[in-house]
Amino acid sequence: MNAPIRRLSTVVALLFTALLLSSTYISFVQAKSLQDRPENRRTLLANYARERGQILVGGKPIAKSTATKDELKWLRTYPQGDLYSHITGYYSFTYGAGGGVEGAENALLAGSSDKLFYRRVSDILTGKEQTGASLELTINAKAQAAADKALGNQRGAVVALDPTTGEILALVSHPAYDPSVLSSHDTDKVVAAWKQLNAASTQPMVDRAIAGNLYPPGSTFKIVTAAAALESGKFTEESQIPGPAVLDLPQTTADLPNDFQGNCGPNNKTSLTHALEISCNTAFGWLGMQVGADAFRAQAAKFGMGDRLSVPMTVTPSSVPAELNMPQLAQSAIGQYDVRVTPLQIAMISAAIANNGIVMRPHLVKKVTSSDLEVIDETQPEQLSQAVSADTAAALTRMMEAVVKSGTGRAAQISGIDVAGKTGTAQHAAGSAPHAWFTGFAPSSDPKVAVAVVVEDGGNAGNEAAGGRVAAPIAKAVMEAVLGK
Amino acid sequence: MTTVSSFAPRTRRNVELVLLLLAVGIVVLAYVNVGLSVSGAFPPGLVTHTAGLLVISLAFHLLLRWKAAYADPLLLPIVTLLNGLGLVMIHRLDIANGRDVGSGLALKQLTWSALAVAIAAVVLWFLRDHRMLRRYTFTAAVVGFGLLILPLVPGIGRTVNGSRIWIGLGPFTFQPGEVAKIVLAVFFAGYLVQTRDALSLAGRKVLGFTFPRGRDLGPIIVAWVLSLMVLVFEKDLGSSLLLFGLFVSMLYVATERTSWIAIGMTLFCGGAYLAYLVFGHVQQRVHLWLDPFAPGQSDQVAKGLMGMAAGGLLGTGLGRGRPDLTYFAESDFIIPSFGEELGLIGLFALLVLYVLLVERGLRTALGVRDGFGKLLAAGLAFSVALQCFVVVGGVTRVIPLTGLTMPFLSYGGSSLLANWSLVALLLRISDVARRPVEEVQAGPTPSGEAKTEVVAIR
Repeated sequence: MNAPIRRLSTVVALLFTALLLSSTYISFVQAKSLQDRPENRRTLLANYARERGQILVGGKPIAKSTATKDELKWLRTYPQGDLYSHITGYYSFTYGAGGGVEGAENALLAGSSDKLFYRRVSDILTGKEQTGASLELTINAKAQAAADKALGNQRGAVVALDPTTGEILALVSHPAYDPSVLSSHDTDKVVAAWKQLNAASTQPMVDRAIAGNLYPPGSTFKIVTAAAALESGKFTEESQIPGPAVLDLPQTTADLPNDFQGNCGPNNKTSLTHALEISCNTAFGWLGMQVGADAFRAQAAKFGMGDRLSVPMTVTPSSVPAELNMPQLAQSAIGQYDVRVTPLQIAMISAAIANNGIVMRPHLVKKVTSSDLEVIDETQPEQLSQAVSADTAAALTRMMEAVVKSGTGRAAQISGIDVAGKTGTAQHAAGSAPHAWFTGFAPSSDPKVAVAVVVEDGGNAGNEAAGGRVAAPIAKAVMEAVLGK
Repeated sequence: MTTVSSFAPRTRRNVELVLLLLAVGIVVLAYVNVGLSVSGAFPPGLVTHTAGLLVISLAFHLLLRWKAAYADPLLLPIVTLLNGLGLVMIHRLDIANGRDVGSGLALKQLTWSALAVAIAAVVLWFLRDHRMLRRYTFTAAVVGFGLLILPLVPGIGRTVNGSRIWIGLGPFTFQPGEVAKIVLAVFFAGYLVQTRDALSLAGRKVLGFTFPRGRDLGPIIVAWVLSLMVLVFEKDLGSSLLLFGLFVSMLYVATERTSWIAIGMTLFCGGAYLAYLVFGHVQQRVHLWLDPFAPGQSDQVAKGLMGMAAGGLLGTGLGRGRPDLTYFAESDFIIPSFGEELGLIGLFALLVLYVLLVERGLRTALGVRDGFGKLLAAGLAFSVALQCFVVVGGVTRVIPLTGLTMPFLSYGGSSLLANWSLVALLLRISDVARRPVEEVQAGPTPSGEAKTEVVAIR
């Protein structure tokens, strides 16, 4: 019986080898990903044991940790919670970190990021208490406040960018919420608030500016169609194109009418500039079909549509449908059909035109600093793509100036400063008022700020809304705040 | 090469004494470690606790010197160390959960440990030769099966955490399955020694395997049905696997026929698959095994995994982690608790201790001269290995989680009693195995059968 006993000992060796391997896999190979899981209470507790980094705007904290006497040694507070809720996000013991920079840069704020490795080692050696890194944001406090105030109680979003660097100057999504209620140490209150926020039909926890339900861009997307036409070389801003009251679409009985009654110019003809100025649907529908689906889609992609961006929060990619027949192409050329965008994407389009056709990578974090204000990392402006040539960008700028000077976007005029822009009124569901849009930049000669504004269901103006009436004044307020007017 | 008579016999009791003191030293060090990291001070009563531990282990050591001088010198130090470390971890969890020493689990576990050691001493005292047990083969069968079905008896059976494997008598609760494991090993050994010729020689050859005759399949079918019944009626996956694995391995050792393993594996896999199809609780376990993080199900495996991840390579240090966040941290999930605070390295050390324990048991099986002793020692040793595999494999996702406790480490009186008795049996068999032949023949009940077995091995 000795031979089988020896073989049995081989079986035992195999069984224990399996155990050694599995425990190595968990404790060593998988350890990092297990510790980063949001529901991992041990990681949360460890994070609460050290001071979390601040989130700063213009040197002032919009999220900070204050010492407490209870088991969780630090309480996260948000001095202007509602104003910055979609930027900071929340930091909750029960629900983890999420909803904004708190979630996206959790490792840096908590101090567990690999970027902080050498600092941690030196802290251990010098016996200094470890703290998380602080983040200085690119947000312009005045622009943020102006956007928040101008949007008021209307649902929607505002994004402002610095066109030359890609810095995000304002990021507002309404309705907002106060993240302080989620960071409270009173678990029952936190759970109740969380449930209420998530159940609310207005979805206050959705960041409409970069994520959430994408919007149809409406007429703001005519800029993309115009860019594609100019880039094709077949059209100039002065080209005369058809602009009838109703465009007969091929392959279908449906027609494409203008939003206003009548045609876009004498003899049903209009220049490209005039078509943009008065937001002529028929001219741009026709133009889209002339450009072709491939060139149209390619132009949209060059502006960043479909890119997976993180600012550092993950941005939902905007999209143009992959398959477009002629009528669908005509609809898409005026920003309807299944074109879906984030307000950030629309702001990036304006910013690219303002920046000689170059799209800059949008970002929210300017600097990462240690608790003693030493700079650990600084974001450098980065070029994403060349969307259009400098000449096309200049032509588009002139066309968009006309929109604000004498067209649909007059409400965005700022005295003494040239503003370029485009309005939009996006149909999105039968029976609902259209979304009001405005995008633009200023000063058009030396752009300092590019904005996009969307007001859901026309905001307080309801069915009477058009981008020019509802969204343009909000954009104006933000641009004025940035320009110090 | 393993026959004891080939070299000069040595009792090795002094080696055992040194190792035993080392084991006690490690346990005391761990105990001090917990006290220092939790409250920054030496634990109160350190001297009395240390003295108590020393008295218990040294008393057992002296008993071995007197009653089983040739017993394996590693077994006692290993189980003392495991039992002691388990106590420290349970004490540490008491502190984390706010239970004070008087009402904590550690004190209960300590009481059970003392009782278990006492019973093991009684076993060693009265069982002068393991072959005495062979007389009780069929008594063991009745008692073993009786213990297995005891939890199903209305009135005394208790369902705890979904498994009906407990009995309750007044304030006492007991898991008879643990004891049944040993009693059944005695039965299997006695039964297989009698029938091994029929089971190993007769049969047909198919595809290089010799398959047994249909009528010889009876015992394995009975064991299979029995283990399935444990699975179905007591909802205890672990005991079922342990019971059947024990029988198949002993059958294999007795008959030296690989076909029994093939048949056993086929039967078990078939039965387990059927159970998966039919029973919801088995499906739950399998789903939990495949994706422990899926929402809407128990997160006990996930919690354990996160604990181990928190420990990493070196561990947080005793008293510095949060093993109390894991469910059943002192019983089924004590391995993740150790993984968290002692790290992967500490976990490896524990597993190596178990490997040593099992290996000494199998070595005993090789060394002992009679077939009954060989089977019993191999079966008992392998049952420890299998139980470790089922428990650690369950929490580290090698196999679905089952409800077994880690021998000597986990909190639980029945488990301690059974496993200390198991070690007492192994000590007794190893004593007989390593004793010089003259002494064995001069010793008690030298049966004629033992002699023929010696010939049969060669």
